[in-house]
Amino acid sequence: MKTLAIETSCDETSIAVIEDGRKILSNIISTQIETHKKFGGVVPEIASRMHVEVISQILKNALEDANIGLNDIDFISVTEGPGLVGALLVGMSFAKALSYSLDIPLIGVNHIKGHICANYISHKNLEPPFIALVISGGHTYLVDVTGYDEYKVIGRTRDDAVGEAFDKVARALGLPYPGGPMIDKLSKVGNPEAINFPRVYLEVNSYDFSFSGLKTAILNYLNQMKQKNETITIEDVAASFQMAVIDVLSEKTFRLLNETKRNKLAIAGGVAANSGIRDIFTKKALEKGIELFIPDMNLCTDNAAMIGSAGYYSYISGKKSTLGLKVDANLSL
Amino acid sequence: MKILGMDTSTLMTTVAITDDQKLLGEYSLSVDMSHSEMLVPMIKSTLDGLKIDIDDIDLFTISIGPGSFTGLRIALSTAKGFAIAKNKPIIGVSTLEALAYNICSESYIVPMIDARRERVFSGIYKWNGNILKVVKQDDALDIAEYFNYLNENYDKLFLNGNGSIAYRDLIEEILGDKAIFAPFNLNSIRASSICEIAYERFKNGLIDDVDNLKPVYLRESQAERQFSKGE
Ligand SMILES: [Zn+2]
Repeated sequence: MKTLAIETSCDETSIAVIEDGRKILSNIISTQIETHKKFGGVVPEIASRMHVEVISQILKNALEDANIGLNDIDFISVTEGPGLVGALLVGMSFAKALSYSLDIPLIGVNHIKGHICANYISHKNLEPPFIALVISGGHTYLVDVTGYDEYKVIGRTRDDAVGEAFDKVARALGLPYPGGPMIDKLSKVGNPEAINFPRVYLEVNSYDFSFSGLKTAILNYLNQMKQKNETITIEDVAASFQMAVIDVLSEKTFRLLNETKRNKLAIAGGVAANSGIRDIFTKKALEKGIELFIPDMNLCTDNAAMIGSAGYYSYISGKKSTLGLKVDANLSL
Repeated sequence: MKILGMDTSTLMTTVAITDDQKLLGEYSLSVDMSHSEMLVPMIKSTLDGLKIDIDDIDLFTISIGPGSFTGLRIALSTAKGFAIAKNKPIIGVSTLEALAYNICSESYIVPMIDARRERVFSGIYKWNGNILKVVKQDDALDIAEYFNYLNENYDKLFLNGNGSIAYRDLIEEILGDKAIFAPFNLNSIRASSICEIAYERFKNGLIDDVDNLKPVYLRESQAERQFSKGE
């Protein structure tokens, strides 16, 4: 069973061909990062403009890479949300035209489910149930994945997403966009115990997250240091910030694993590419006898392969979208 | 040859199918719903009603602008999907030219689309025999400046499009009875006009390249404008 998957929710135009939810036949990703850099973040109108300019070429490349024709495709998977509405609409319109004119089903896919499903591609042996930690620029979720198309949200962020906090702190440190990878890089040489930033755990037993307080603490710290004319070691700030984030993420995640008696953990989303997070979660998982799954680096950030995987599991569970399918910028899990 | 034309550059979603010089069907709806929810279902209804298979369409055409940025992308992304899936040509047509096509008059024709913030997208067109000629290229224009320009340079003008409705009072104030306003049924872009323009263009071998066809926005995005102003 082959799906053609289309992802245009943010600043990556991506089309993939996926077989049976797990095998990548092709996965073309055209990133706009260089364009958005000069604006210090993703500009929705520019992102939408770029999607429509490249989408047909990306499709051709994806088919060529997979060495198949459109007539070999069994159904279309497309991101319906969450994301930038104008950007989503390009992929959605394109997907509907393909679905209708090829007379094959259309499956709307939740982008966040896609991130989780990226793990099925990287790890052929992963099967539900497992706990998923989704960390990206737009999302922070703790999810109990009870089936291939069954997701129970246990915790979510009440303010900033993890990746958002990384980007905001990076900006405060004067680092270029995108800030996340830069913080990760600096953290490797900085001292994570140099500055004791707050860990916000919210109520006892809560699995929700809050990162805006941490971000504010860092802004305050930077201001104070400037006022006192003291030198700021940005490597130490980066490392201490990153450690504060990791502490909160790991406390909640491993507590949930313990409480649910699940023995498998999957991490997903762009921030799952962070090497500090990968290292510490790997170590802790080993200690606690948890099997840890993280997608390959290129499947952590936005891509259509993950949409194809989630689309497949929706499809075999009997879901099918209509040609009137709406995009939903705020679609939740 | 059968042509499927569509336009979502304004509030109206419009779809038409023509066969050579004949209109087979046209379906236009102005509702407060996303064009993306409406467009393909409307195409399906039209084709089903005509008992035509999408495989029988020889050419896909859309208006490529100016107009609503999001709307332009919806029709173009849809048409690109069809053109690639069916391996058929695609032609992009000016939204304003399509609007001017509604009017059969010896006067100068001034189609206008509201571009918001006291601006209109507009051009000036005139029939020369059976050919609609561009007198002034499509542009994004400041309304007061543009209406004064029209008043100083032209006599009788035939106006249509939602821009002429939105700014009717100001137009009347500046142009007086030089301005003739179209009846309301000629104020909306019709997909059949797009089909007809595309058919003429196709006969002259002027098809577009599906990969390189992009909307004509006539305006930079706000972020780019601010960036070039150094803000
Ligand atoms: Zn994402």
